[in-house]
Amino acid sequence: MSATTEPTTTTPTAPPPARVTAPPAEPGQLTKETYRGRIHPDWCPGCGDFSVLAALQTALFELGLKPHQVCVISGIGCSSNLPGYVNTYGMHTLHGRALAVATGVKCGNHDLKVICTGGDGDGYGIGGNHFVHTMRRNVDLTYIVMDNQIYGLTTGQCSPTSVKGMKTKSTPYGSVENPINPIPMAMVGGATYVARAFSGKQKHMVEMIKGAIQHKGFSLVDVFSPCVTYNKDNTYQWFNPRIKILEEQGHDPTDFHKAMDRGYQWGEEIPIGLFWHRTDLPSLEDLEPVLHTGEGPLGFRKLGIASADAEQLVAELL
Amino acid sequence: MNKIDFGVGIGGENGQGIASTGNILALIFARRGLHLNAYNAYQSIIRGGHTFLTIRAGNEPALNMGDKLDVFIPLNQDAMDRHLRLLKSGACAIFDQEKVTPGEPAEGVQLCPMPMKEVTKGNKLAVNTAALGATLQLLGIESEPLETVISRQFKKKGDAIIAENVAIARAGYDYAAQNFKAFPWKAPMGPKPLGIITGNQAIAMGGAAAGVKFYAAYPMSPSTGVLMWMAAHARQLGIMVRQVEDEIGVMNMVIGAAHTGCRAMCATSGGGFALMTEAVGMSGMIETPIVCVDVQRAGPATGVPTKTEQGDLWQALGAGQGDYPRIVVVPTNQLDLFRTMPELFNLCDKYQCPGLVLSDLLISEGTASIDPDDLNFDVTIDRGELILPNGNGLNPASGYNDKTYLRYKNTESGISPRAVPGVPGHIFTAATDEHDEDGTLISDEFTNPHKRRMMVEKRARKMEGTIKEITPPELFGPKEAAVTLVGWGSTDGVIREAVEKLAGEEGIVANQLQIKWIVPLHAAEILRILKAGKHVLIIENNQSGQFARYLRSETGFEAHGHIRKYDGEPFMPHHIVEAVKQQLTRNTTLSVPVHEVIA
Repeated sequence: MSATTEPTTTTPTAPPPARVTAPPAEPGQLTKETYRGRIHPDWCPGCGDFSVLAALQTALFELGLKPHQVCVISGIGCSSNLPGYVNTYGMHTLHGRALAVATGVKCGNHDLKVICTGGDGDGYGIGGNHFVHTMRRNVDLTYIVMDNQIYGLTTGQCSPTSVKGMKTKSTPYGSVENPINPIPMAMVGGATYVARAFSGKQKHMVEMIKGAIQHKGFSLVDVFSPCVTYNKDNTYQWFNPRIKILEEQGHDPTDFHKAMDRGYQWGEEIPIGLFWHRTDLPSLEDLEPVLHTGEGPLGFRKLGIASADAEQLVAELL
Repeated sequence: MNKIDFGVGIGGENGQGIASTGNILALIFARRGLHLNAYNAYQSIIRGGHTFLTIRAGNEPALNMGDKLDVFIPLNQDAMDRHLRLLKSGACAIFDQEKVTPGEPAEGVQLCPMPMKEVTKGNKLAVNTAALGATLQLLGIESEPLETVISRQFKKKGDAIIAENVAIARAGYDYAAQNFKAFPWKAPMGPKPLGIITGNQAIAMGGAAAGVKFYAAYPMSPSTGVLMWMAAHARQLGIMVRQVEDEIGVMNMVIGAAHTGCRAMCATSGGGFALMTEAVGMSGMIETPIVCVDVQRAGPATGVPTKTEQGDLWQALGAGQGDYPRIVVVPTNQLDLFRTMPELFNLCDKYQCPGLVLSDLLISEGTASIDPDDLNFDVTIDRGELILPNGNGLNPASGYNDKTYLRYKNTESGISPRAVPGVPGHIFTAATDEHDEDGTLISDEFTNPHKRRMMVEKRARKMEGTIKEITPPELFGPKEAAVTLVGWGSTDGVIREAVEKLAGEEGIVANQLQIKWIVPLHAAEILRILKAGKHVLIIENNQSGQFARYLRSETGFEAHGHIRKYDGEPFMPHHIVEAVKQQLTRNTTLSVPVHEVIA
């Protein structure tokens, strides 16, 4: 293993930070440009998140999703700026709360494709409680975590996925805590599509994200998205020789125990790909009869109570 | 018709069925057309402890639980020992002579010992039922309504249980007829049957009337009744109800649902509201309207979960960091809670801001009679400048990159047309970072003090419109008075009765100013009224005078004195009457009435 190994795919570079105008699109015609947001990302040059943004935009295009049918929801952090960079409906919510907001959005309009984006601190740290409960509910949404194993926006502190022993600004003598391993955690938490991608393997990531969006239920795509500024340990160069693609190794994503074994793998060989996938569980929206009355999304329904219902509600008090 | 007004108290331990006994009695009175007000003083314990339920009923509106008891039913010795000494001449105490030993009652109090083992034929669970039968007999009410209500209440338990309980009720009734002296007056009949409602039911029903489609909550006393009503009626009314992992999740989920165009709400108590507050700020920042009810209980921290307080005013005023417009309203009773919900939803939709309702244990868990005709579900619904795909007059532009739409357009009113996800041609990102008119963040790369100021002022301007739509408070009682009593929220009824008692029994002319809309506040109108007051006293259910401080901060007005109660129990009319007398002698500017009932 050489520290100078080049990434196998090119790392996207940051365009100059300036407001740009999205090119005019013919009404009804989707192009790759359709998904470009109003502004360019202000991430550091070389940041892994550029690759995730590009992969998401490609996935949306290849799936033929119209921008107004998609809502991208994030928390707070470098990667959570993503909704502003993609031309779909977006919400840039509070630190750690993207999944709770997204669950509300999905309940309010179950016709929307809901995609959450954020970082490891946002999702596995401050948002850990919502992460666990959104998975067990099997809410039909896709969660893309740009996992860089560091707090970037606060300039380099330890994160829940920082490797034990890692020296950061908040752990100058090395972290003593065990990191979260999101793959097994998501599997036992009830997620029904659990995948991992790497910013250095963008084409593979597109496939992981497309599969996640098409999956009915909670899908997690944990992405190794290196922080080139604050994480000097887990770099592109560190990951490249270690990354092994499950799909090239004949992994069966319906085999729970194998998936757990592969999920725990770390060190010389680190697998990416679809670890775990089950399609036999209904999602939260499937189980909610109120959403299946043929009246469309809750958010668009007519308000008011039928007089027969009102009479009955009053009768209960008599 | 002469005013007849009486009180029934039932005391015992949790698990003795006191709440359901009270419910039966309340239903009987209401069906008779009597007004009533019931309050259950209980403890945070599922079995044991001490519970005391008071029902006050009469042929005129019952504004609070009142001062006196006419019928007292101690179900155990503890209840007898605590309350017998408070009975006055004319009252009676009904008890199981084998279980409870009476102490020495005041003169003129009738002791009504009953051989409960014999009356109930050994059914220990039915002692309450037998006592209810006896109560109705003493009140001059026939036994039939009791049998009807028992049949309704025990419907799920089957015919055998119903028959047994009806027989026991009748046995209690007959025993009282043969052994006790009925009251010289009879419980009157009202002109038409009434219903009974708790404040939590009223909040939920008001929300349903407003068109709530999404309700989320984490169980927390004393707000849980709202969740239970919503869950029970969700499928019938097409409301999605979720129990969430914590209150942080609740508020964020509610905002998510509201963002798609739903009317969405939640209810909690102070501790849960504390967890929600950052997200309340998000509602303000992204201008997605929500309604949240904080049913106050005695705090801080876990406090006294089953006791009442008006202690969360400043929490509501200061919920979330930074400046942003919000509406804070404190309804005054159960019917007012019902009516306020649709009104508040209209305001929040129109001004695209969070709406906070402060209720409290007293009115949320308290039961009141209600005229069915007052529960109007056919309410006005005004959604303001909302753009839905099925249209409300505004035409969505075509294309996927519509830049003519500015979600946060800087308008004169501060209100920007609000599209929801799913509408073609109106794409935007709602951000909790400060943002430009089109939603672009102006918190990092494009930070701009001029734009920041513009957006802060745009949001703030919305309050100028809001206050014009809110009714200013009005003085109750004579214009000229020796004393003006100022209250807020749930103390309305008890202060009103104190005003009447002061005039009737003490010869002190008093009037009342009750404040309901806290933010925005009609400060000028309030100041005009209070400046004319000769002696202004502020009455509130907390220790530090939260409202007095708020009033001073908004109007500069300093009251002459304060009446505060913070022992967990609500005010009774005599507490206020006595405190007013104390203050008018100028001996003090702060009265803290002592709650006599639970020693």
